[in-house]
Amino acid sequence: MSHAETHSHDHDHDHKPKGFVKRWLMTTNHKDIGTLYLIFSLIMFIFGGALAMIIRLELFQPGLQFVQPDFFNQLTTMHALIMVFGAVMPAFVGFANWMIPIMIGAPDMALPRMNNWSFWILPFAFTMLASTFFMDGGAPAAGWTLYPPLVLQGGHNLAFAVFAIHMLGISSIMGAINVIATIMNMRAPNMGYLKMPLFVWTWLITAFLLIAVMPVFAGAVTMLLTDHYFGTSFFNAAGGGDPVLFQHIFWFFGHPEVYIMILPSFGIISEIIPTFARKPLFGYVSMVYATAGIAFLSFIVWAHHMFSVGMPLGGELFFMYATFLISIPTGVKVFNWVSTMWKGSMTFETPMLFAVAFIILFTIGGFSGLMLAIAPADFQYHDTYFVVAHFHYVLVTGAVFAIIGGVYYWIPKWTGNMYSERLGKIHFWWSVISVNVLFFPQHFLGLAGMPRRIPDYSVQFANWNMWSSIGGFAFGLAQIFFCIIVWRTIKGKGTSKATDRVWEGAKGLEWFIPSPAPHHTFQDGAPVNDEHLAHVSSH
Amino acid sequence: MSQTNTNNDQYYVPHLAKWPIVGSIGMTMTAVGAAIYMNNQFDSPIVMYLGFATLIFMMFGWFGEVIKESESNKYNPQVDASFRMGMIWFIFSEVMFFAGFFGALWYVRNMAVPWLGGEGTGVFTNTELWSGYEGVWPTNGPGNIGGKFELVDPFHLPLINTVLLMASSITLTIAHHALVDGARKKVIGWLIATVVLGATFLFFQVDEYIEAYQHLDLTLKSGIYGSTFFMLTGFHGMHVTLGAIMLTVITIRMMRGHFKPESHFGFEAVAWYWHFVDVVWLGLFIFVYII
Ligand code: HEM
Ligand SMILES: [Cu+2]
Repeated sequence: MSHAETHSHDHDHDHKPKGFVKRWLMTTNHKDIGTLYLIFSLIMFIFGGALAMIIRLELFQPGLQFVQPDFFNQLTTMHALIMVFGAVMPAFVGFANWMIPIMIGAPDMALPRMNNWSFWILPFAFTMLASTFFMDGGAPAAGWTLYPPLVLQGGHNLAFAVFAIHMLGISSIMGAINVIATIMNMRAPNMGYLKMPLFVWTWLITAFLLIAVMPVFAGAVTMLLTDHYFGTSFFNAAGGGDPVLFQHIFWFFGHPEVYIMILPSFGIISEIIPTFARKPLFGYVSMVYATAGIAFLSFIVWAHHMFSVGMPLGGELFFMYATFLISIPTGVKVFNWVSTMWKGSMTFETPMLFAVAFIILFTIGGFSGLMLAIAPADFQYHDTYFVVAHFHYVLVTGAVFAIIGGVYYWIPKWTGNMYSERLGKIHFWWSVISVNVLFFPQHFLGLAGMPRRIPDYSVQFANWNMWSSIGGFAFGLAQIFFCIIVWRTIKGKGTSKATDRVWEGAKGLEWFIPSPAPHHTFQDGAPVNDEHLAHVSSH
Repeated sequence: MSQTNTNNDQYYVPHLAKWPIVGSIGMTMTAVGAAIYMNNQFDSPIVMYLGFATLIFMMFGWFGEVIKESESNKYNPQVDASFRMGMIWFIFSEVMFFAGFFGALWYVRNMAVPWLGGEGTGVFTNTELWSGYEGVWPTNGPGNIGGKFELVDPFHLPLINTVLLMASSITLTIAHHALVDGARKKVIGWLIATVVLGATFLFFQVDEYIEAYQHLDLTLKSGIYGSTFFMLTGFHGMHVTLGAIMLTVITIRMMRGHFKPESHFGFEAVAWYWHFVDVVWLGLFIFVYII
């Protein structure tokens, strides 16, 4: 191993630049940029979460209590846009920045200056997007899917939303290019592709998805822009266009997008489970193939979001069966995680608790997805709270739980301090109970016919909505608690110093460097020690 | 430290990037400036222009820094490989951007318009909403949006333009071979030829637009035909413009003695980009103009 020596004799390199501007605004260091991404993501979680709290407040009772319907629609739209593009995606890019170079023995990301830019576009883009709340006509209110013609009927927000999305797209594409170049070009000499940790693999595949679909999304919103401001007819039937065209383009982006939000989670879970089961990941290679298979299939299932829009029968059938196919590689993954735990000598520290909860609850979300994928059944479920329940199971108890689990798992490495295990466990149980109170009843509401994106509802839905809101407030509060835990860990309050290895069963390069990880880790492109890797297996 | 280090056996990791934040400010000013102008919230595009100027300033600064580092041998082959991958995947993202618009064209021609004309399940749409509409391409829709229009003759300007762009790809390849052979004068000559061909292409493209607007009544507002026609050719034209500027830059760099026969990534990146723009044009020529 080279890091320890380089670290001691090459002092210059560990000098962090002084002053806010140099340290953060002008940084090219993958760890600092990772930290920026993670902090930004946390801020966006709180912002997006606050909007969700207002939504749940309004839905606490039938009738209109607190907000006007139009503002309610702005809330649902902005909540989703902020959570998807501001919270979940940047969180994963933060993990990628922090962990990928360390995991593959690289000195930094391949294109460090561009890395800085990828991040520093985000705060500007979101300021623009959020500023629409204060404009004539308010924020976009047609849902995060931005369907025309509704979205074209808003006020001044369209241009801001579209340009913000362009900027997010540029940021994501640059981030993805960086990830690909880093993984393909910066691995330590003996770090073969099939020795890479699964988190690195899932991110590599995610990066391909990003580069393939973000530009398509940019094109779609550009068409919205020209339809609204320059008189084109892409989505105007009178001019020969078709609003459904937008849905096709949007979901061609949108479905891979949901996998962009889940594949890195799969990677994080695949790191956590073996550590606390003290067994190597079961079926490593099949995990890689399953990830690639999911990514490929994600390009040919998009119209399962459009079953009720009036597609030809052949289209309905094709997209239904193609969607079913995805459950095969997904099943492989779940099977492998469970098999990894099978007969493991397990302990349940907070990251593991979140990982186990992920497996169970994500699978529930996958099953409701399968129900939705049955085209004739979806005619009933579509645009009801059943869909809302589905995607919150996969995104909150899926993606977000993986993010939280990942933070607990690696924060000792990032900060050099152990979080408080007691507080972590409290946070876990508080979250896992409240999140189910929040989202499980939404299945019943949806099956009973409650439409999504409506601020008022018929009284028969009152009970479950009340429960859902109570769960929502509790879950929101739990995340404030999480912020406190993170803060205390960073400051080293009520915590102990982390060891280098941190977790007894941990394998992988990150566990063989000091905690906190030095500002620069690997510098000379020397081979890494095979004994430290989790996957050096037989081939 | 690697900043002061001119031997390049280590991967070059730059420190203290000042340009990205300038880029973000420029980008935001451009976006906000455009938005408030389009919304009539502000009656001048000045903010947008300022933002654009900031972006150009950023590019000069940023690329200038990279060129300086490159010319002082800070980059080893591994850094070069990162740049290559960056460019390849950037071009792939551009391919997907165009794919979105080509996909839209395919969809309206093969699905949306025939349905409006009563094909398949569109029978009632046609009889009840748009009776009498036949749904044949080219069309500006049942609402006759933008009024009657005529088409650009593909075998006039567009054909000439096809020849021009194809020729420019060839001249660029000749220049590249000359660079590998170390014949620098020849490189500059063929590069200038490439830029001239590209500029002529753009000239004709502008000519064609003027013709379309003034004589054919074909505008961006001519229903779906005008939308797809101008958006596809327009975005392509923007890319040709960008490519021509990049070609000019590398020509100037050649004149200043940059690039070596064995390492000239900047040159190659521009060449790839130019070939990509060429291929897109072929797609346009076939699917937009001819068919
Ligand atoms: C077995 C895997 C899955 C299947 C079969 C599936 C199926 C579906 C279907 C059919 C819909 C459309 C429902 C409707 O609008 O009527 C849908 C919606 C959705 N799914 Fe999934 N899904 C799966 C996994 C995921 C994952 C992993 C994510 C994200 C991490 C996800 C996120 C979403 C979202 C966000 C929506 C709602 C989009 C909207 O209309 O706003 N799904 N899913
Ligand atoms: Cu989907």
